[in-house]
Amino acid sequence: MPTISVGRDRLYAALGKTYTQEEFEDLCFRFGIELDDVTTEKAIIRKEKHLEEEDAGEDEEVIYKIEIPANRYDLLCLEGIAQALRIFNGQQEMPKYNVANISRESMIKMHVKPETASIRPYVVCAVLRGITFDEGSYNSFMDLQEKLHQNICRRRTLVAIGTHDLDTLHGPFTYEALPPSSINFVPLKQVKNFRADELMEFYKTDLKLKKFLHIIESSPVFPVIYDSNRTILSLPPIINGAHSAITLKTKNVFIECTATDLTKAKIVLNTMVTTFSEHCERKFEIEPVEVIYSDGKSYICPDLSVYSMDVSLSYITGAIGVPLDADKVTSLLNRMQLSAVQSVSGDNSSDITVSVPPTRSDVLHPCDVMEDVAIAYGYNNIKDIAIAKGYNISKGRAVSLRPLPLEEFSHLVRLEMAMCGFTEVLSFILCSHNDNFAMLNHEDDGSTAVIIENPRSSENETARTSLMSGLLKTVGQNKAHPKPIKIFEVGDIVRLDETKDVGAINRRQLAALYCGAAAGYEIIHGLVERIMQVIGLVPPNDNTTYYLKPSNEPEFLHGTQASIIYKGKQIGTSGIVHPEVLNKCDIPDPCSYFELNIQCFL
Amino acid sequence: MAEEAILGYLAKNQEIADSGEFAAQHGLNHDDVVNVIKSLHGFRYVDAQDIKRETWVLTDEGKTYAASGSPEVQLFLAIPPEGIPLEELQKKLDPLLFKIGRAQAAKNKWVEMGKQLVSRKVQHVNDTVKDLLLQIEGGKVIDQDDIKALRGRKLIATQTWNGYSVRKGPEYAPQRKKFAADLTREMLQSGEWKNLEFKEYNFNAKGQPIEGGHLHPLNKVRHQLRMIFLQMGFEEMPTDRFVESSFWNFDALFQPQQHPARDSHDTFYMKVPAITKELPEDYVERVKRVHESGGYGSRGYEYDWNRDEANKNLLRTHTTAISTRMLYLLAQKPFTPKRYFSIDRVFRNEAVDRTHLAEFHQIEGLICDRGLTLGDLIGVLHDFFSRLGMSKLRFKPAYNPYTEPSMEIFSYHEGFGKWVEVGNSGMFRPEMLLPMGLPEDVRVIAWGLSLERPTMILYGINNIRDLFGHKVDLGLIKANPICRLGVD
Repeated sequence: MPTISVGRDRLYAALGKTYTQEEFEDLCFRFGIELDDVTTEKAIIRKEKHLEEEDAGEDEEVIYKIEIPANRYDLLCLEGIAQALRIFNGQQEMPKYNVANISRESMIKMHVKPETASIRPYVVCAVLRGITFDEGSYNSFMDLQEKLHQNICRRRTLVAIGTHDLDTLHGPFTYEALPPSSINFVPLKQVKNFRADELMEFYKTDLKLKKFLHIIESSPVFPVIYDSNRTILSLPPIINGAHSAITLKTKNVFIECTATDLTKAKIVLNTMVTTFSEHCERKFEIEPVEVIYSDGKSYICPDLSVYSMDVSLSYITGAIGVPLDADKVTSLLNRMQLSAVQSVSGDNSSDITVSVPPTRSDVLHPCDVMEDVAIAYGYNNIKDIAIAKGYNISKGRAVSLRPLPLEEFSHLVRLEMAMCGFTEVLSFILCSHNDNFAMLNHEDDGSTAVIIENPRSSENETARTSLMSGLLKTVGQNKAHPKPIKIFEVGDIVRLDETKDVGAINRRQLAALYCGAAAGYEIIHGLVERIMQVIGLVPPNDNTTYYLKPSNEPEFLHGTQASIIYKGKQIGTSGIVHPEVLNKCDIPDPCSYFELNIQCFL
Repeated sequence: MAEEAILGYLAKNQEIADSGEFAAQHGLNHDDVVNVIKSLHGFRYVDAQDIKRETWVLTDEGKTYAASGSPEVQLFLAIPPEGIPLEELQKKLDPLLFKIGRAQAAKNKWVEMGKQLVSRKVQHVNDTVKDLLLQIEGGKVIDQDDIKALRGRKLIATQTWNGYSVRKGPEYAPQRKKFAADLTREMLQSGEWKNLEFKEYNFNAKGQPIEGGHLHPLNKVRHQLRMIFLQMGFEEMPTDRFVESSFWNFDALFQPQQHPARDSHDTFYMKVPAITKELPEDYVERVKRVHESGGYGSRGYEYDWNRDEANKNLLRTHTTAISTRMLYLLAQKPFTPKRYFSIDRVFRNEAVDRTHLAEFHQIEGLICDRGLTLGDLIGVLHDFFSRLGMSKLRFKPAYNPYTEPSMEIFSYHEGFGKWVEVGNSGMFRPEMLLPMGLPEDVRVIAWGLSLERPTMILYGINNIRDLFGHKVDLGLIKANPICRLGVD
């Protein structure tokens, strides 16, 4: 979930009301955002520099960190949150966003060259005319771009935003893709001219920008936007040019979003222009730009049309479980930025026609509308009704249930093991390749273990193919524990299996370990017999059920180890743990061990 | 031996006036005698009165002189009758001994310290210091002036001697009754137990630690939760499938392919086996369509859905991958309502800290039926969490790609004095259910939470690594109480 920082006092000014922290938290909770932290600018800096806590001075501006649902891009800045909460509180109506009515001829043009198709094929643009920034709204404008880049833009891979002072530029613009060596400009925050390939080299040490270089680095051509004087606006998705940088004094803002995903580019552009059009001379009006591709196709953006959705009243009330009439539902929806009107359809059932504004890209289906009705009504008001009426009692209930054999059997085996005086441990499925193989004197022939592609640490290289490393590591970590140590685990291992759809399978294993002054294999042997006994298998007088067969496994000491054979197939291993293995696990005391597959007994 | 001597003596005599003398007379160690007297006194066989005496004992220095003579005599004897130069005399003696001996001999006027020679002034001397020290060592009493002189030279020091005078006590008997420490088989067989008195058990001491087996605390809580689900009529889903395809883990749940959760920063992808070989093709086609262009009343996400992305294998990030498979199977048959649950391992490629591990257990419950409502979800959550002892709940609107509405569940924790998030819940989106082929009026309400978090709250554990994994202290597993959920 994204978190945004807003100045408390600016926020309350925008809300037209001052709240106590508790009141504001409650408002957030009902609406579905969360006040995550309360801090100050200086405290954030102190934290970054790892300085001591100080008492916040009176003059420090209080900052609210607010957690936003991941699909609500319209709430990623103060302007968006404040408007949404004002509407939720009934202090304001949902504004209508308009595209300025200008002729196609006088529209600013963006010409797209075909070479861009190979690297970053889409661009959408718009103009905010007559905007007035103050320090707060200017910072908010910058922060919103940053937040969009981090979230819906997937760290600029899908969409990158460039904002420019239009008065420094001369349209029409061109979106091109050129070899890096032929692109020259002064980038933002620099004073000297760079060639694009040199610039990429230069940014390798830039903590912020180096993360984005990979998006275009290996391409023979870089995306670039020029004005009609060949002034570079930006080298997306890396950096804008210094020439057109916006300032507090900027009056007309040109916004371009280049993208690999056109739908998301439109959402990003809409979010930028709708949110900041409230600071424009003509509130909520956005000037369009025509984007023209070399094959003659063109579109005018932004597209601020509302999406009309018919939702039946019975669907809404039926899914929420609270009776509501159409008037109530439309007024609740209005508080969620969805203007709604009642329409009666042919069969006399009531329909609600909802206008989804361009800011609400999260509304995909009538269920999203239904949720907004529930939120505006209040989840906790629904709770009171649900508890009072005793909802849920019989729905979905089966007449008679059977336990899942694997889970039931595992549970019974665990109880038997504990009754035998052994203590249960719970170790990790994930382990290092070394723990699973070399530590146990095994070599990986590539036929058993899955391999994780992107482990964050060596602890997560593979999924265990036996329970042995977990039990040995537990003993290694519990050296001070009084001997003998008697532990067991019932759990799943993972093995490669060609016959399965995903190519791997889980297997339920039982393993036990004894560690004392002597290895005590006879105890492990006795435990195997006991488990077989409670499973209902007779001791091995003949070899028809199960028996122990001397084996030669590298994790055990030669001569004191045996495979466990059941119905002619090996289902387990047992033996005195090899001293080399003990040494690698940092265990000073001798151990015996057995492990067997218990799934075969189901 | 000492006990027999004391009780025997008192049978014929009124009193043992001094335990020290008694020990000496009977050839006993005084410490043994004292121990026996204390014990007999405790059982009221005898009455004992303390005797304290100050006695003189030799210091280490005194002991040396008692053995090899006083320094002044040693010095005197080292001077030959014809005299000796000072340097040579000095060489013959230990420096400290020389220093003390010269001072004392001079004081006694035994020697002449001439310029060239040191010579005897008297022909013969008596070592009275040594004699006195020997007398003290032998326990003899000596003259007060001598004591003062020896004490001045730090050759003797005082020591307190403790002893007793002893008379018969109220429970006196010539022989002590035996107190048995425990009842034994022999006592039962011989009938001897009738004559015995049993030693009083010390209830303040610890009992003996009990040997036995133990279950892991996390599995104890897991079992109780299984019981709760079964009591509520939920059927357990088979979750023994850690490796899963992106399709079942994400795509089938209407989770778009660019969703951050699908990032390699959050999910473990498999290198081997890298891709899944088999998916239900007609269903895959419907899922692709709903992502790309919607349908079933939805706008869809409007992006190019990539089959390769869906084929990528991963370690499941939630057990909802299993719920999805179960619902898909359910949709292939004439509809029957279901209540399903599971509690099993899930994996996240996250940074590890005190509350997060790369693997943990997810608890999941779901109900699938016609006409389910958000009220039903709240009702079932209230029932479920009340059984865990959390009956004060409230719900926050939230976002989850495959549920709508989505609710975060908060419970008021009396101990912390605040609301804590205890789980997530919601109704599965139609875009997830309808491509499976479930009837249109069928809704699914579901909720999930981790097993670790309530367990940590329940047992007051602050660091998840103290609860789960090979670094857990076996002592902690053994000391853990039984798990009674919903009971304070």
